[in-house]
Amino acid sequence: MSTSGEHLLEVTDLVKHFPIKSGLLFSRQVDSVRAVDGVDLHVSAGETLGLVGESGSGKSTLCRAVLQLLEPTSGSVRFEGRELVGLRQRRLRPLRREMQMIFQDPYASLNPRRRVGQIVGGPLKLNGIASGVELRRRVEELLDRVGLSPEHHDRFPHEFSGGQRQRIGIARAIALKPKLIVADEPVSALDVSIQAQIVNLLDDLQDELGVAYVFVAHDIGVVRHISDRIAVMHHGKIVEHGDVDQVCERPRDDYTKKLLAAVPVPDPRESRERRQRAGSAPG
Amino acid sequence: MNARTPLLEVRDLSVSFNTEEGTVPAVDGVDFRLHEGEVLAVVGESGSGKSVTATTLMGLTRGPNATISGSASFEGAELLAAGEEELRRIRGNRMAMIFQDPMSSLDPVYRVGDQIVEQIQAHRDTGSAEARERAIELLDAVGIPDAARRADAYPHELSGGMRQRAMIAMALSLEPSLLIADEPTTALDVTIQAQILRLLEDLNRERGLATILITHDLGVVAEVADRILVMYAGKVVEQGTLDEIFYDPQHPYTWGLLGSLTRLDRPRPKRLPQISGSPPSLLALPQGCPFRPRCPHEFSKCTELPPLEARVAEASGQCDRCWLAPEEKREKRVVGGRIGLEAPTA
Repeated sequence: MSTSGEHLLEVTDLVKHFPIKSGLLFSRQVDSVRAVDGVDLHVSAGETLGLVGESGSGKSTLCRAVLQLLEPTSGSVRFEGRELVGLRQRRLRPLRREMQMIFQDPYASLNPRRRVGQIVGGPLKLNGIASGVELRRRVEELLDRVGLSPEHHDRFPHEFSGGQRQRIGIARAIALKPKLIVADEPVSALDVSIQAQIVNLLDDLQDELGVAYVFVAHDIGVVRHISDRIAVMHHGKIVEHGDVDQVCERPRDDYTKKLLAAVPVPDPRESRERRQRAGSAPG
Repeated sequence: MNARTPLLEVRDLSVSFNTEEGTVPAVDGVDFRLHEGEVLAVVGESGSGKSVTATTLMGLTRGPNATISGSASFEGAELLAAGEEELRRIRGNRMAMIFQDPMSSLDPVYRVGDQIVEQIQAHRDTGSAEARERAIELLDAVGIPDAARRADAYPHELSGGMRQRAMIAMALSLEPSLLIADEPTTALDVTIQAQILRLLEDLNRERGLATILITHDLGVVAEVADRILVMYAGKVVEQGTLDEIFYDPQHPYTWGLLGSLTRLDRPRPKRLPQISGSPPSLLALPQGCPFRPRCPHEFSKCTELPPLEARVAEASGQCDRCWLAPEEKREKRVVGGRIGLEAPTA
């Protein structure tokens, strides 16, 4: 692609199939699950691409295939113009600093035996960026930046609430000042009053650091809030991709329309009207 | 049952658990009434006591470390004092519960239809053929296509939405008058969620089924509830009708919940309105109002716990636990032209 210079991330015809095997002694492949089935998308520096879709649509597989945590079956992923598919681990490692991930479950994604300081400082130490007193200072700075306090440095993950754990995950993700963060359902496991805090934090960090996000969620309201563009995924394919307002207000694809219509309206009067309309015009 | 006698009346329900770290007051003085065909939504975050309230009514929180007090009268029976034998007769038969995860109530090694048959035969003197017929009828009624064939499926062979339906079919198999639904659609995709909500609504309307719906999702509440109970840190902080809570909310926590909703039909705010801080630990509750540390409107009186009482119009059943005067509230809850807790700081 000649446009690779313009986008931070450029995904072209990405495919990830999982084989379905059968047979007792000699297993052979009988079919495959087309989890990601020919996806094209791009992300520019400093922008947010929201990825929505229902469970099983392939969102998480797509995220992992983009970051090369899963080896794609075919297709291309270019990051700052460099092809990632087929790159050896050794060559991939320096690029990983630039691409980080935040996970859904803040209880499962942090090592319970490590102190917060070790978790957040891990990437800095591993990449030989800081050590000793300097490392501690950098970690405390990161904790402060995500709304935790420096004295949390020596505590363990279980001492924190869900929202605070997600902040720890975010501090670790931004430690190396990445250009891209893939956030896979980062707020779905959190309480409503905490979700907004984390979304606002991600917003602030984007303003400060100029990081680009791929923000995955099934909650379209949250995705709409944080994204510049939205891609709707269904059965492994992107069925619609466009500017936030276009996708949410003037959806073109039938599946997108169905998805938007199913989101409950948190307003009893409008909800009643909507149901009356639906009742008088069946289908 | 006449309209004046509630189906369920809960008075001063308190549940606490002894733990190694101390006594956890999970539910503290909860009162409510539920009438036939009514949907009561219990809204709150984790640790608010909403699930403990429901599971206590089902008799599922009893244990050596639990202290339960108050009363819960259901169809003339006192649930909290009922013996195991009596509870077993009521549970499943007169009141049933469905959970967020259908696999928590479906046995993975039995066929779905057989599980319903077993439930029917445990409570009713019904022949196998008849019970099976009834099971298929139920699966069909909750919208499972090709019910006769699906009755022979194992739970893992069904999709999440179908499993949720099968669980609802099982819960309804003995035609209970009360259904307790604990986050019944949280694990489902929005399109499936919409179908399950329609199904519950039909059951309320057509069969007069009363429902306690436990959820954190105010969008879901707006679609199905008649009345709302807002819980925070084990206490009811506000209760009222659906429209009262959405259009005339009295408690700052309710304002915060309503304010943080994202709406697809409104322009995007620059920042998402948030409630700062996090819910208190039940082991170290603040003195007075439990929401005080997170409330931008707190003042000297808030160190004393406000009683849950009617503060708005005399005739309304709306009650709340906040010392602010109703006129003050009307002014303070408007943030940027809509209901919210505080203007988001930049």
